[in-house]
Amino acid sequence: MAEGENEVRWDGLCSRDSSTRETALEHIRQIVLRKTEYLRSVKETLYRPSDGLSNAVSLDGMNKLLAHLLMLSKRCPFKDVRERSGFILKSVEELGIRIPRPLGHGPSRFIPEKEILQVGSEDAQMHALFADSFAALGRLDNITLVMVFHPQYLESFLKTQHYLLQMDGPLPLHYRHYIGIMAAARHQCSYLVNLHVNDFLHVGGDPKWLNGLENAPQKLQNLGELNKVLAHRPWLITKEHIEGLLKAEEHSWSLAELVHAVVLLTHYHSLASFTFGCGISPEIHCDGGHTFRPPSVSNYCFCDITNGNHNVDEMQVNSAGNISVSDSFFEVEALMEKMKQLQECRDEEEASQEEMASRFEIEKRESMLVFSSDDDEVTPARDVSRHFEDTSYGYKDFSRHGMHVPTFRVQDYCWEDHGYSLVNRLYPDVGQLIDEKFHIAYNLTYNTMAMHKDVDTSMLRRAIWNYIHCMFGIRYDDYDYGEINQLLDRSFKVYIKTVVCTPEKVTKRMYDSFWRQFKHSEKVHVNLLLIEARMQAELLYALRAITRYMT
Amino acid sequence: MEKMSRVTTALSGSALTGRTMHCHLDAPANAISVCRDAAQVVVAGRSIFKIYAIEEEQFVEKLNLRVGRKPSLNLSCADVVWHQMDENLLATAATNGVVVTWNLGRPSRNKQDQLFTEHKRTVNKVCFHPTEAHVLLSGSQDGFMKCFDLRRKDSVSTFSGQSESVRDVQFSIRDYFTFASTFENGNVQLWDIRRPDRCERMFTAHNGPVFCCDWHPEDRGWLATGGRDKMVKVWDMTTHRAKEMHCVQTIASVARVKWRPECRHHLATCSMMVDHNIYVWDVRRPFVPAAMFEEHRDVTTGIAWRHPHDPSFLLSGSKDSTLCQHLFRDASQPVERANPEGLCYGLFGDLAFAAKESLVAAESGRKPYMGDRRHPIFFKRKLDPAEPFSGLASSALSVFETESGGGSMSWFVDTAERYALAGRPLAELCDHNAKVARELGRNQVAQTWTMLRIIYCSPGLVSSANLNHSVGKGSSCGLPLMNSFNLKDMGPGLGSETRLDRSKGDTRSDTALLDSSATLITNEDNEETEGSDVPADYLLGDVEGEEDELYPLDTEHVHPEEPEYVLPQEAFPLRHEIVDTPSGPEHLQDKADSPHVSGNEADTASLAPVDSSSSLLSVSHALYDSRLPPDFFSVLVRDMLHFYAEQGDVQMAVSVLIVLGERVRKDIDEQTQEHWYTSYIDLLQRFCLWNVSNEVVKLSTSRAVSCLNQASTTLHVNCSHCKRPMSSRGWVCDRCHRCASMCAVCHHVVKGLFVWCQGCSHGGHLQHIMKWLEGSSHCPAGCGHLCEYS
Repeated sequence: MAEGENEVRWDGLCSRDSSTRETALEHIRQIVLRKTEYLRSVKETLYRPSDGLSNAVSLDGMNKLLAHLLMLSKRCPFKDVRERSGFILKSVEELGIRIPRPLGHGPSRFIPEKEILQVGSEDAQMHALFADSFAALGRLDNITLVMVFHPQYLESFLKTQHYLLQMDGPLPLHYRHYIGIMAAARHQCSYLVNLHVNDFLHVGGDPKWLNGLENAPQKLQNLGELNKVLAHRPWLITKEHIEGLLKAEEHSWSLAELVHAVVLLTHYHSLASFTFGCGISPEIHCDGGHTFRPPSVSNYCFCDITNGNHNVDEMQVNSAGNISVSDSFFEVEALMEKMKQLQECRDEEEASQEEMASRFEIEKRESMLVFSSDDDEVTPARDVSRHFEDTSYGYKDFSRHGMHVPTFRVQDYCWEDHGYSLVNRLYPDVGQLIDEKFHIAYNLTYNTMAMHKDVDTSMLRRAIWNYIHCMFGIRYDDYDYGEINQLLDRSFKVYIKTVVCTPEKVTKRMYDSFWRQFKHSEKVHVNLLLIEARMQAELLYALRAITRYMT
Repeated sequence: MEKMSRVTTALSGSALTGRTMHCHLDAPANAISVCRDAAQVVVAGRSIFKIYAIEEEQFVEKLNLRVGRKPSLNLSCADVVWHQMDENLLATAATNGVVVTWNLGRPSRNKQDQLFTEHKRTVNKVCFHPTEAHVLLSGSQDGFMKCFDLRRKDSVSTFSGQSESVRDVQFSIRDYFTFASTFENGNVQLWDIRRPDRCERMFTAHNGPVFCCDWHPEDRGWLATGGRDKMVKVWDMTTHRAKEMHCVQTIASVARVKWRPECRHHLATCSMMVDHNIYVWDVRRPFVPAAMFEEHRDVTTGIAWRHPHDPSFLLSGSKDSTLCQHLFRDASQPVERANPEGLCYGLFGDLAFAAKESLVAAESGRKPYMGDRRHPIFFKRKLDPAEPFSGLASSALSVFETESGGGSMSWFVDTAERYALAGRPLAELCDHNAKVARELGRNQVAQTWTMLRIIYCSPGLVSSANLNHSVGKGSSCGLPLMNSFNLKDMGPGLGSETRLDRSKGDTRSDTALLDSSATLITNEDNEETEGSDVPADYLLGDVEGEEDELYPLDTEHVHPEEPEYVLPQEAFPLRHEIVDTPSGPEHLQDKADSPHVSGNEADTASLAPVDSSSSLLSVSHALYDSRLPPDFFSVLVRDMLHFYAEQGDVQMAVSVLIVLGERVRKDIDEQTQEHWYTSYIDLLQRFCLWNVSNEVVKLSTSRAVSCLNQASTTLHVNCSHCKRPMSSRGWVCDRCHRCASMCAVCHHVVKGLFVWCQGCSHGGHLQHIMKWLEGSSHCPAGCGHLCEYS
């Protein structure tokens, strides 16, 4: 049995033309049945030791195939594909082959599945988004399913990501995915690493590179240092870093390539934040997203508890929520009251200049003290650590280590005036796309807060945005940092800081413990603010260094 | 600046003097503003706020306004403006949203006057009313504009843009109540200061933030705006809808724009990022800046014309911590360095050419020369009617179109296919090729082949095909026929034209020369040529007894495109009118040096019409006597080949090279040959003339070329059953041990040539199939297919 004939081609399924999908599905069905027949025949004949290996290989291939089908049956935006893949799976099962079933309950470990939009029940706008995403990537990933809480943002996000990864740009396709892997690995984000390992191989990347950065070309290895600094302490980036990359003889980067790489790095650093911040579960067809074990009572409990999403668990949270419901109700009320006060008293009371300056310092210093008390050890994700070196290098508080690093003043170098121009000059159109994304994220509002409607949340959003920039040492001259203390309580700050600086340490408890009365969509909204603010902060430092290098 | 030029501009009352100069500031500047008297400038930045006096030779620091024990953010200036009526009054916009006014008349060290803390975000711009002493306007990041009366403690009115951050506000210079504001979302709004409830007018001016705007100092209603989209636009606001009058495309986002005084169409810009220069544009000429100042090493953040009525002094502040005074006279003018011509090929071979009007005008006088006969063209002169200022810089655009079919290369294909390059005696090859060329109407080429034949084959064969082109001057002395190998018709373009001109001009002097030469030739002496100063013309005198053999050619009436030469004789095909030989100098020199001078002369003369009826020339006899070795012509032939190659007819060069083989090869250096070969092969392959190209490769002697068809000559075959490549032998598959190709006729394995029908893919031995097809057109395999073979 030759492999060539049985090569499964999934791309036909991405077509918008239903008849094309039909043929592709039929083709897949035949292959699956053929393989099934083959496996059955092997099973029935006596096991010969020599066959063991090839058998295992073909079994493995079969399992991958089935897992992919499972994913399609759950996550394809096209109804016909969903139904047909389910049908194929069922027929395979009838032939006596064990089929996989999804693990966990939905795209996010933090958000109950029932809160998240079900594929198939989306409205026309969302369906168009899903179809776009599916056509571009051949899958509908969990990130998309969580982000679809905010379709306006999702559209811009997908457009940008698609442009960065697949459209014209200075870097070759496999480089782009590899840079994505490098960036995600810095935060040990196995979810993104797995996704992009697949994509990397799909676009013809050399599998050897995946054994570690030292197996990649020197040019990419050179990028490692920038990746490290950018991810954890972007304020330390100097024009020497840039110069080192641009003037490395035959391994040197061009300015356009570097800007592309920087945008990719920052994009994936912040996407890693989102992945952890929203507890994105592994994709169904990737490792850890499905199991072939039959659902028995014992391990039903087992795996569900590990996924933190069991009904019982849910109830516990709910009951916890119920107990403190009055408590958290007051939380929202208090927050709104504070916002109102700030709005009113702003004009009356004028803080002195010294005080304003010191408030920024205080906030900076305090942000350092804010850290989750429960530093549970996160088990380092398998395979991920080999993609980056120097694991000890992590976020160090700006204020503690940045004594000699001057504060970054937005009024002197901001995205709208300076960053945009530079990016758009060196990597045309991307500046525009990112600019749009920042704008949408920053201005997104439904004028609601928990159960209240018609609330102007701009103050709160600005506080969150500026708090994140404050952690990176970026200061707005025209902002009173006292507001942050008023508006953001401690558990919220802990969450923000963890998501932005050390996303791998985020736990469900942190996610649950802030803003208890708020909706999940609002928490996802917060995450969008976090990742965009983080991306902008990193970009600002990197682009400023490039500008300094150029002048 | 070392440029010490001084400028004294007579102004009404006072004279402004100075030079290009700069001074170092302690910190990067964010904005500058000039005092009414044009003698002082204020520089403001995050950590600088100083007043400098502009003296003739230098800037002198006059006052530091940044006082106080602890610098507060109120002093971190985003913008500064000096009142144009009151020289003691200044206002600054702070990054923390405070608007501060300063009174230089205050006796204390601290000149700070008033503090307005009404804006919630950074104030981007402040602006004084041009005529009112107490009215100040501010625009802030929070989206509001506020109007302050300096006699009161707080703002008089607040204008809400209802959109994003305000980037610039400017009072109209002419309309007392009007001001313009620009926004981060690309909008421009026009307000009446008395009506804070809503704007008078709003339009989208740019894609992305509009960073700046400036009212024209004279033209009421002209507003210039600059944006992140790298454009400067000039709007006419007097009409009902704001109309875009001009648009200047710069190379970076535009941070500031300022109209130049006294020059109606000039404005100065500087950019926000990347580009550090200051440009002065003539808005009617939007592609090349009129002037450029390149002093700054970092982005320029503030520009100001020193005096509202003096166009020659520009002040600028920059992030590189310098304050500069630029003199217009010292500016570099990019237009001088720009290439005034543009040339571009279109998709279908059309050629567009744009040049300065004056150049083209001169050119058009020579219009007939522009025609290349092989590519007939049209000459279109399009003057842009929309260009109202032809005096400034107007260009003419000419589009040369390839005539339909005229540009086709069918002659090339035909020639390539029909030429014989080897396998026959040289004479036959030459004759054949001459015939081919003639049939294709390429007489010049045909003539060349004929000549080659004459040169390299036995002279006894000289009988026919010949050229005759007499350029004579019916001079009074009744000169003998002059056989002039004039290059007149040789090629397109100016080359031949100048030659023509030359020959025209020189004819008269030649006449005398020829006079003697004719005599000399009869004496079998040809010293006359040594005196020739007409390198382009190879003149040969020949004696013809009959008067009617003289065909005076009136050069005045010769059209280079259509030469009509009446040919004197009929003993040989006369249709070919002209042949070109390479230019003469070497030849002439050769002749002078050669012992066979006369023979050479005679030999060439034999190319002249040989009239069977008339007696042969004496020189012709000489030809037989002293036969020249063909080597003698190699220089000539070499030059001819070069000539063809340079003309673009590399086909001719290569063909001759191949046909003549060893005879000329040694005279042309290896590299040139290789170059010709590769170009010709490339051309052939583009026309899909694979066979010809391969033949050329085969016949070439250049190793680099002949190895072309040695590479990748392997054809890999896959087994028809298992689809695996058959690596070892071409007919048996190693894997499935089956023979791949069976002959459908004899049922044996085909090991040599295998031919098969594309329709049913049955086939077999070439011979067998051919035989089979003679009897039947059905497939020999019995599949019922009506096989087709080409």
